[in-house]
Amino acid sequence: MNKTFGRNVRRLEDPDLLMGKARFVDDIRLPGLLEAAFLRSPHAHARIGRVDKAAALALPGVHAVFTLADLKPHLTADRLAVALPTPSYKQILDRPVLAIDEVVHVGEPVAVVIADNRYIAEDAAALVDVEYETLPAAVDCKEALAPGAPLAHSHSPHNLLAEFNMGFGDVEAAFASAAHVFRESLWQHRGGSHSIECRGVVAVHDPIQDRLTVWSSTQTPHAAARILCDLLGRDENQLRVIAPDIGGGFGPKLVFYPEDVSVAVAALLLKRPVKWIEDRYEHFIATTQERDQYWDVEIAVDRDGRIRGVRGALIHDHGAYTARGVNVPYGSAAAMTLCYEVPAYQLDVKLALTNKVPVTPVRGAGQPQGVFAMERLMDRVARELGLDRAEVRRRNLVPTAKMPYATPLKTRGGMQVVLDSGDYPACQQMALERAGWDDFAIRQAAARAQGKYLGIGVANFVEGTGRGPFEPVTVRIGPSGKVHVYSGAVAMGQSTKTMLAQIVAEQLGGDMANLTITTGDSGATPLGHGGFNSRQAVMAGSSAHSAALKVREKALKVASHLLEISPQDLEIEGAHIRAKGAPERKISFADIARALVGAPGFYLPAGVAPGLEATEHVVIDDMTYANGSAVAEVEVDIETGGVSIRNFVIAHDCGKVVHPVIVEGQILGGVTHGIGNALFERMAFDAGGQPLTTSFADYLLVTAPEMPPIVLLHHESPTQLNALGIKGVGEAGTLPTPAAIISAVEDALSPFGVRIAQTPIMPGEIVAKIAAGRRRNHEEDVHA
Amino acid sequence: MNETPTIVLTVNGERHEATAEVRITLADFLRQKLGLTGTHVGCEHGVCGACTVLLDGYAVRSCLMFAVQAQGHDVATIEGLAAGEKLHPLQEAFRDHHGLQCGFCTPGIFATLIEFLRDNPAPTEEEVRSAISGNLCRCTGYQGIVAAALDAAKRLQSQTGPSS
Repeated sequence: MNKTFGRNVRRLEDPDLLMGKARFVDDIRLPGLLEAAFLRSPHAHARIGRVDKAAALALPGVHAVFTLADLKPHLTADRLAVALPTPSYKQILDRPVLAIDEVVHVGEPVAVVIADNRYIAEDAAALVDVEYETLPAAVDCKEALAPGAPLAHSHSPHNLLAEFNMGFGDVEAAFASAAHVFRESLWQHRGGSHSIECRGVVAVHDPIQDRLTVWSSTQTPHAAARILCDLLGRDENQLRVIAPDIGGGFGPKLVFYPEDVSVAVAALLLKRPVKWIEDRYEHFIATTQERDQYWDVEIAVDRDGRIRGVRGALIHDHGAYTARGVNVPYGSAAAMTLCYEVPAYQLDVKLALTNKVPVTPVRGAGQPQGVFAMERLMDRVARELGLDRAEVRRRNLVPTAKMPYATPLKTRGGMQVVLDSGDYPACQQMALERAGWDDFAIRQAAARAQGKYLGIGVANFVEGTGRGPFEPVTVRIGPSGKVHVYSGAVAMGQSTKTMLAQIVAEQLGGDMANLTITTGDSGATPLGHGGFNSRQAVMAGSSAHSAALKVREKALKVASHLLEISPQDLEIEGAHIRAKGAPERKISFADIARALVGAPGFYLPAGVAPGLEATEHVVIDDMTYANGSAVAEVEVDIETGGVSIRNFVIAHDCGKVVHPVIVEGQILGGVTHGIGNALFERMAFDAGGQPLTTSFADYLLVTAPEMPPIVLLHHESPTQLNALGIKGVGEAGTLPTPAAIISAVEDALSPFGVRIAQTPIMPGEIVAKIAAGRRRNHEEDVHA
Repeated sequence: MNETPTIVLTVNGERHEATAEVRITLADFLRQKLGLTGTHVGCEHGVCGACTVLLDGYAVRSCLMFAVQAQGHDVATIEGLAAGEKLHPLQEAFRDHHGLQCGFCTPGIFATLIEFLRDNPAPTEEEVRSAISGNLCRCTGYQGIVAAALDAAKRLQSQTGPSS
C-alpha cells in the first residue's frame, strides 16, 4: 500500500492558513516601506497631452510621481515584450510600461505615485492633471473588424491583430455530400478571474549586494524574473522574484504587468522598498480577462447523426494589447472537436483589437467556448433528427478501442494532438446513469403538471493538460535529515506543495512532516515555468518523482555500504533506512547526508558523488488529455427567469489521482466557475468602452446558496506519457459546465420553443425569450 | 482627515493602543498598525467578506468601518481562534473537510461562522449556505466549507453540550 501517493493525507498548506499565519504579498511589511497608487486612464481611447504633476508632488508624504518619461532612462525598453510566438500576428502591439502618447483602455496605467502610504498615494493620484483628447473607441469585437470601424490604436492600419485557420480533412467534400447541415451563431463571454486576493508586488533593493528582490502574487515568477532582468539590464544574480502565498490565480496572474516593472524601478530610484496592492476596482479594469467570442459554425451529419464535418468562423475579442498571445482562441478552436470523431474541420479565427483591457487565459483558457460551440451543434443535430441528445453524442465520441487516437491537430508548439488515453463513452454513461437521464422525462412531465419547468442537459469535454516542456524539481536531504524539495512550480491554492510532498515522501520515508517544500522562487530554482494550463502535477510531479527516486537509490547505496547490508534488504521508514525485519539496524537520513558532505582528506562512502540530492527536469513535450462528461438538471422559474440547478453530475478522468480530496476540490472549483460563466458573470461595457460592472454588486460571483449538490464520479485511465500516469485537473470543471447548463435551460423551456445561443444568459434575457415563445405559440394557435 | 487620534481597543483579548488617522479602516489598522495580517482584504466594498472580523461578538466588515469606530471595543480575528497550537473545532473541521484551498477567504468565513454557530448551534445545510452567502470563495465551490461548518457545529456541541 502507498504511504502518501494517492492518499488523503493532510495538506501542508493548512496549518498556517487556518491560523492566520500565512504570508500573502500584502502581508510583507519592510522597514521604510513606501506604497504606490497608479493613475489610470478614465477613457477607453484618448490621446495624452500635458501631464501636470506639481499639485501631486506638493502633497506632504508624496515621494515621487513617475510617468514613462521618468522611468525610461532606467529601462532597456519601454514595452513589455511578452507575446508567445506565432506566425499569425498581423500587428505587434506590446503593452507600454506606462502609457506613451495614447491610452487604449479604461484602466491603462498612465503614472505611478509613490507615497508614505496608499491613502496619500491615492490622494496624490487624484491631483495629477492629465490632458486627454478623447478618440472614438472600438468596443464590440465583431464591429471592430467591420469596414470603417474606429481604430483601437490610432497608429494601426486596422483592428485585425491576428488571423489563423485551424483544421484538417476535406471540409468542402464533407459538406457537399452530407445528408444534413445545421448552422448556429453563438455569442460567448467569460469575464474575469476574480481570485479573492487581487494582484500585488513588493520590491526592495539591497545596495550592498546590488540585488533586487521582488515578491509578486504571480503564477510565473521565473518568467517575471527574466523579463525584469531584461528590462532593468540586470543579470540573473542581481534579481530574485518570489511568489509568496497566493490567494488564487485562475489565469491572469500568469501575465507580466506594467505594475510589476514600475514598482521595481521605483524601488531602485527611491532606494526604499515599494509596495503596490491592487484593489478590486483595479482588478476589474486592469487585470486581464476573457471576454467576447462570436462563433458562426455549421455541422454536416449523416442521416444517422454521424459527424461528417464541422466548419465556421470565430471572432475573438483580443483587447487593446497582446499580453500573452493568440492562445485563448487557439485553445477554443483546438478544443472544439476533440472528444468526437470528426473527419473534416475548418475554423477561421480572427482576433480583433478593442479598446478594453487585454484578454489572456482565465481558468479553462478558451476551451470552454470550443466545447460550448460543439455541444450546441450536437444538441441541434439531436433535435433536428429526433434523436436523444446523449445518443447522438454516443454515436460520435471517440471509441475506446481507437485509443490512443491521433488527431490531425497540432498544439501551438507544433506537436501532434494525440488523445493518449481515456474511455469517453464510459464517462458519459456513468454521468447519465447517476443523473437519472433515462427516467428524466417522467420527472419532467410530473413537474410540468405542477407548473414547474425542469430541464436536463449533457456535455462532454477533452482538455489538453500538462503543458511542457518541463518543470524542475530538486530533492535534497540536508545534514538535519530533513528532505527539502525545491520546484519552479507555483502554489496558488491548488495544494501544489502537498502534491509535491506526497510524490517525494512516497519514495523517502512517507513522513510528510519531514519535508519542506519551496515553490515559486527564482532564487531557489534557476529554471521554471510556473502554474498554468493544468500542468504542475504532471510536469513538476514527474520531476519530483524522478528526483526522489534518484535520492532514494543513492541513500540506499550509502546505507548499504555503511550498514553492510545489501540494498534489497533495506527499507526506508520515516527519516531512517533500516534492515527489513531488524529495524534496530538503522541509519538516519541525517547521518547519510553528513557522510556525503565528506571530510577533508577522506574518501566519500561507497564511491558516490558528494551530496544527497538530485535535480530533475523531466521533459514531456506531448500533452496528456483529460476528459469528462457533465449532466445538469435545472428548474427555471418562468416568471422571474431564475435558474436553479437541482443536480449536477460530473464524471471525469484525470488518470491516476494523487490526492482524491484535493482532486475533487479542483473539479468542484472549476464547475463553480463554469456555473458563473453560464448564469452570472458578465463583464459589461457601454458603447463607448466604459466598463459597467466594476464591483461585486454589479458583477456576480456564485455564492453558496446558488450551488447545487455536485456529484463527482471518477474514471481512471492512466496516461503512458508520464511515470505516474497522471493528468491535469485544475481547469477541467470549467469546460463542460456552461454547455450542460445551457442545454438544460433550453430543455426546460422547450414548451416555449426557446433557443439559447449564448453564455452567460441572465434572468431578464430568459424572461424575454419565454415571452417571445409565448407570442409564437399564441400566433400558431390563432393560425391553427 | 489629518486628525490622528489614539485608538485603544482589545484584539483577541489583548489591549492595543495605536494612533491612526480617522480615515484608516479597521482592516488596515489591524493589518498595518497591529501587524495582524491574518485578516484579509478582498474587495474593499463590503461584498466579498474576506475582511470579516468579530466586533463585540458580531461579524462586521473591517473594510467598511474606520478604526476609530472600534475605539473601546472588543475585536476578534483569526489569530485568536486557536489556543496556542491547539486548533479551534472550526479550524479542525475546515482542515478535515478541505474547506479551504488558497485560504484567502477563510479568515472572514471563520468570523461569520463563529457568530452564526453561536446563535444557531445546530443549523441545517440550507441555513449554513445562507449564513455564508456574504462570503465569496473562488476556489472551493463552497461544498467543503458547508460540510466543515456542519461538522464544526457538531464538534462545538459535543464540546459544550447541547444548549437548551
